[in-house]
Amino acid sequence: MSRKELPEINAGSMADIAFLLLIFFLVTTTMDVDSGISRKLSEKPPEDYEPPIIKMKNILEININRNDQLLVEDELMEMKDVKQFTIDFLDNGGGIGKPTELGDGKVCGYCNGNKEDDSSDHPNKAIISVQSDRGTSYGMYITVQNELLSAYTELRNRYAKNHITGKYAGMSYDELLLLETKDNDVLKATLKKIKEAYPQIISDAEPTK
Amino acid sequence: MSKFGKKKKGLPAVNTAALPDIVFMLLFFFMVTTTMRETDLLMKPPKLPNATEVKKLEHKSLVSTIYVGKAKPEDQAKFGSGDKIQLNDKIAKVSDIANFIYSEQEKHNPEEIPYMTTSIKSDIKCGVGTIHDIRVELRDINALKISYSTRKGDLGENLK
Repeated sequence: MSRKELPEINAGSMADIAFLLLIFFLVTTTMDVDSGISRKLSEKPPEDYEPPIIKMKNILEININRNDQLLVEDELMEMKDVKQFTIDFLDNGGGIGKPTELGDGKVCGYCNGNKEDDSSDHPNKAIISVQSDRGTSYGMYITVQNELLSAYTELRNRYAKNHITGKYAGMSYDELLLLETKDNDVLKATLKKIKEAYPQIISDAEPTK
Repeated sequence: MSKFGKKKKGLPAVNTAALPDIVFMLLFFFMVTTTMRETDLLMKPPKLPNATEVKKLEHKSLVSTIYVGKAKPEDQAKFGSGDKIQLNDKIAKVSDIANFIYSEQEKHNPEEIPYMTTSIKSDIKCGVGTIHDIRVELRDINALKISYSTRKGDLGENLK
């Protein structure tokens, strides 16, 4: 009896098929990772809401006009100076902070500022108000927001390095953020503590027309 | 002449049996690392601003995207030259945003809704006024988490 062998299947075109699929996926999919500056909007105030009275010295006012020029505390400023100015403002620590759940407001013990009388009392009282024009370019707006955020990040990094003890001592805020996972309560508490030391209070005023 | 004469001429064929494997490997790599393109842009692709303090957006399914930009040059007669907003597959008005967000929220469980983020992909040339209108609209329907979509890069590019 002669054994009949099955003929081998020609797999030469397999590569072509695979290439076809590959090209299909290359065309229909995108690789971009969505990243951005995240922000939490304030809730809509009730109708009879009266805004609290805030001392002018606790507000850092930033104006951007329709020609993308920058006015900080009523003075013309270059973009490169905004960050340092913001840090000086936030870190001033010239007075007593807002009362927290831990008790009455305290003097900011971790601030390195000049403690001037005409700048902010405490990081948790310091508000940055950005007023732009309807015609201000989005690129300019994002650049300013980015400068403000990097000021906060720098302060938070410094706070984390100097004032966090225990497991995460000596690490910066950026590094801790990278470690963040869903169920790490110790790290979460640490991050919360840093954020509360320098809370981000940036408000967007209604743009001028 | 001799036993040793006649040598084979020409190169032997290259064995391509492993070629499909290599291509499949590439294919799987792309299938895993990329995501499907969801919408076709009806406007000029927005040139996103650059920033350094960026955060990655996680959970892609919880992100709804609003595109802001200028209409394509050939459509400018139809749509005008102002800032345009695109929701899903059509150019929309600011007042349509509420409906768009509600329909996005319907796709998810109620407990996921507070984690939903609205990503604004806007061109650097657009006006802050448009962005503010969107923000007001989102605030009115309590979709408070937003993200200004940016690239990581040099800030100087933003003002060109």
